[in-house]
Amino acid sequence: MDDFLQATNIVHRFKKMPGGLLECLHAIQDFYGYVPKETINIMANGFNISRAEVHGVISYYHDFKTLPLGRNVVRVCQAEACQSMGSRELTSRIVDLLELDLGETNEEYTLDAAYCFGNCALSPNVEINGKLHPRVSPDKFEKLIKAGAL
Amino acid sequence: MSLIKEKDYGTPKIKSEKLVDLVIDGKKVTVPEGTSVMRAARQIDTDIPSLCATDSIKEYGSCRLCLVEVDGIRGTPASCTTPVSEGMSVKTTSERLTRIRRGIMELYISDHPDEDSPLHDMARLVGLEENRYGTKGHNHLKTIIDDSNPYFSFDSAKCILCARCVRACEEVQGTFALTIDGRGFDSKIAAGTDQSFLASDCVSCGACVQACPTDSLFEKRVAEIGQPERSVLTTCAYCGVGCGFKAETKGEEVVRMMPWKDGMANHGHSCVKGRFAWDYAIHNDRILSPMIRDKITDPWKKVDWDEAIDFSADRLMTIQKKYGRKSIGGITSSRCTNEEVFVVQKLIRGAFQNNNVDTCARVCHSPTGYGLRETLGTSAGTQTFDSVMDTDVMMVIGANPPDAHPVFASQMKKRLRDGAKLIVIDPRKTGLVKSPHIKADYHLPLRPGTNVAMINAIAHVVISEGLMDQDYIDERCDIDAFSDWHNFILDPINSPKEAEKHTGVPAEDICAAARLYASGGNSAIYYGLGVTEHSQGSTMVIGMANLAMATGNIGKAGVGVNPLRGQNNVQGSCDMGSFPNELPGYRPISDDVARAEFEKEWSVKLDPEPGLRIPNMFDAAVDGTYKAMYIQGEDVAQSDPNTHHVEAAMKALDCLIVQDLFLNETARFAHVFLPGTSFLEKNGTFTNAERRISRVRKVMEPITGMNEWEVTCRLGRAMGYDMSYSNASEIMDEIARLTPTFAGVSFDKLDERGSIQWPCNEAAPEGTPIMHIDSFVRGKGNFIVTEYVPTTERTNRKFPLILTTGRILSQYNVGAQTRRTKNNIWHDKDILDIHPHDAENRGISDGDMVRIQSRMGETVLEAKLTENMQPGIVYTTFHMPESGANIITTDNSDWATACPEYKVTAVEVRSTNRKSNWQEEFDGFSESTRHISK
Repeated sequence: MDDFLQATNIVHRFKKMPGGLLECLHAIQDFYGYVPKETINIMANGFNISRAEVHGVISYYHDFKTLPLGRNVVRVCQAEACQSMGSRELTSRIVDLLELDLGETNEEYTLDAAYCFGNCALSPNVEINGKLHPRVSPDKFEKLIKAGAL
Repeated sequence: MSLIKEKDYGTPKIKSEKLVDLVIDGKKVTVPEGTSVMRAARQIDTDIPSLCATDSIKEYGSCRLCLVEVDGIRGTPASCTTPVSEGMSVKTTSERLTRIRRGIMELYISDHPDEDSPLHDMARLVGLEENRYGTKGHNHLKTIIDDSNPYFSFDSAKCILCARCVRACEEVQGTFALTIDGRGFDSKIAAGTDQSFLASDCVSCGACVQACPTDSLFEKRVAEIGQPERSVLTTCAYCGVGCGFKAETKGEEVVRMMPWKDGMANHGHSCVKGRFAWDYAIHNDRILSPMIRDKITDPWKKVDWDEAIDFSADRLMTIQKKYGRKSIGGITSSRCTNEEVFVVQKLIRGAFQNNNVDTCARVCHSPTGYGLRETLGTSAGTQTFDSVMDTDVMMVIGANPPDAHPVFASQMKKRLRDGAKLIVIDPRKTGLVKSPHIKADYHLPLRPGTNVAMINAIAHVVISEGLMDQDYIDERCDIDAFSDWHNFILDPINSPKEAEKHTGVPAEDICAAARLYASGGNSAIYYGLGVTEHSQGSTMVIGMANLAMATGNIGKAGVGVNPLRGQNNVQGSCDMGSFPNELPGYRPISDDVARAEFEKEWSVKLDPEPGLRIPNMFDAAVDGTYKAMYIQGEDVAQSDPNTHHVEAAMKALDCLIVQDLFLNETARFAHVFLPGTSFLEKNGTFTNAERRISRVRKVMEPITGMNEWEVTCRLGRAMGYDMSYSNASEIMDEIARLTPTFAGVSFDKLDERGSIQWPCNEAAPEGTPIMHIDSFVRGKGNFIVTEYVPTTERTNRKFPLILTTGRILSQYNVGAQTRRTKNNIWHDKDILDIHPHDAENRGISDGDMVRIQSRMGETVLEAKLTENMQPGIVYTTFHMPESGANIITTDNSDWATACPEYKVTAVEVRSTNRKSNWQEEFDGFSESTRHISK
């Protein structure tokens, strides 16, 4: 570990910017892959706000992660169009397969809900490691995994 | 008095010259522009229902209950977030509004079915009869209660996310310890980073508990005892802020202390001590019966009041017969009421027939009295606390308000968040230097003992750069004195470059701070014991007054020289004639006219010779010429410097009478113990740091069976001097008759006004919030030359570090009170703060036991490594008797007032694995001298 020296540098870049905390959190997450709790004090100190305030912002946005992600990130759309095309069944199969609930992480996988990728015409959608896969049936998902798409 | 329920106007009061007329439900109302419709309505007793609004914090508009209809505006705006406008016509009830309010309440109730919740009162108020949603859906009913804080609990299940707690923590207290965690249905109130309240930054001030509308945040004592039935208005007995409180009781029992909204020093806010840590008053350690003993090694014998008083009077008179009239004396207490202090000094002057009276202010703010009187003419601060809201630049010197004066610190922080500038002059990085949303523009971390070099350099910059207010000086100050001072201050020895050598602060920082102070608008100086407790304490007070006069910063709102008093009644005990050279009202004892007035009223001949100061009393005791003392409410054996010397003096006395709540450290050497009473058992007055005289009212009868002033009077009578009053109010009347600045003060007037700031007399019947408005009390402002003389307490190879001492938020002074409360959860031992660099050089790690050795003695504490210290300086508090912080402090003192130099002691620090000899002896002696026979 680098003793979070990088975090200090990142905070320094954003601390004078209006609304800089959000940008800073993105940069921290980009660098570490998540927002390590050790960086909360550094941000609070740099922006001269309280730790509670930093925590409030982090916890408000689901996309800020406070734990390291799994090696693979799977996001399953839960919005209306995908639901009407079977995303509930798909989700429950994925949950069984990965042995994770939505929002949970183990070493291998992070499984998250998403609310619309803007690809409703090809529902249901699953995003794996940033790549969008349309019309995913439970079997197709299983194949994607087995084929090492992950 | 029945339970006082203060009116909540929903949104804060707005200050505006412009008034606006509007009509609410057909009633006309006129309010300042910018006021909310809700506040305007509540002003005419039209109470619009609401949950998320309260007038201590800004409007929020989340609960949607306070909707109203406004002519010409579509929809139903929230009355809390809608400002009034000229000619507006508002309807607060209608069928539509009722329907909406019921709908909202029904949603709240669906997640809060518990009938005990105050939400159900609101549901009934808006006429909600049923909850169609049931409680089976998604809900928050199963949450874990956070019990970590010793005084209150947090139950998330009762919470409606109105964020009143979060906002109170931010806006009222200024700590920003709370937040809303998550979003939508999953959101909840979280302390810190979703920690327990105790582990978070929470300072337990109680603002959130007070703000909570649903009892999610709930005081544990109320849960135990039940809702209070009766309120008594009184004044907090901790620091010099002097917060107004409602003591709320059920039957004979005190349930809680609620900050009083109309308390002019606190405006409804409080800190952990005043709000929660008051139950020392009913602690089992309280001694309730008088006790006597022949020798201090004998066990204490419980006796009745008559026997104790006769025993005391007899001993005092025998000693006087044998060793002379001046062989006895006493000490008054800044913890006691004005009335109690007044009778103690009257006892000494009238019955003891000498002036051997002094007060614990000797060891804290005596230089303030001296310095401000010599320059401005009055021994008191110049401003009212609220004046800080008009301040543009705050200069805080040797004070740590967030710890020592927390409620005023909250007010300061509020003003700082609104844009005032801040200069902090302190060796340590205190809580004001940097905390959420607060950052000092300049922190000048000077070396302890170099204050005068610093203030002279600041003045040097002001004068040499022509930043003074020459018109003000010409009009209001003594020109000859100014001219002498002017020449002195321009001497290059006072330049920032020279000061840099002494203080260790870069000259350019000193220059920048000086320029900001002199040209930033209204500049106010706030200072504490970091100014006074030095060998040049009085010089520094004078230096600050010089600077304020030179820049025209005295005599209006927003400016001034403001001492932050340590104890509740330091100002009062000084006012009441506690000094050996001064009668009440600071009238010299050598003044024939003043003495004649007192002699007439008291029917006694007064000694014109000033008596002994506290340190002289100790010296005389060791010399064998001073043989008896009456000490009320002060623990000299713990609080005064150089404990070895104090203990030697105590042991040399033939008769020591201690009047206190507890068998304190001093009582180990006493022959008579007279049980004192807590502020909850007293009628009287305290005078706070802004000269505000506030009533202290009896919440319960004295547990000891005797009013404290009556004990003193009885002692006087037993010695043959008639002192009798039928109540405390008569004592105040006597004070008013004898003290020109108090002439207009009486209990009746205080009851009517709430509080009064002295001077209050014919010239100022309403009291005086800000002093020296048109001219200085002494006539022309007096500049006095303040030459910097370094302290003789120097570091060398053997003692290379400087120790400085101070306080912490949760404990108070010698800790006699707070140590007997649950506040120990935050701080149960004194710790030595040391910079990591100094620690590393000595092989000290965090948490190690270390031996602190000075030229006077040594003690052992646990070390904490912190960068809040600068290298070369270590710091500790003195709250715990076994720490023996004053074993190491020296005999040095202020040249003018003998106030001890607590803030500078040269020491060396080393790792150790056992207690000091004194600490080991202390443990043994402490046990053997406290024995009470059954």
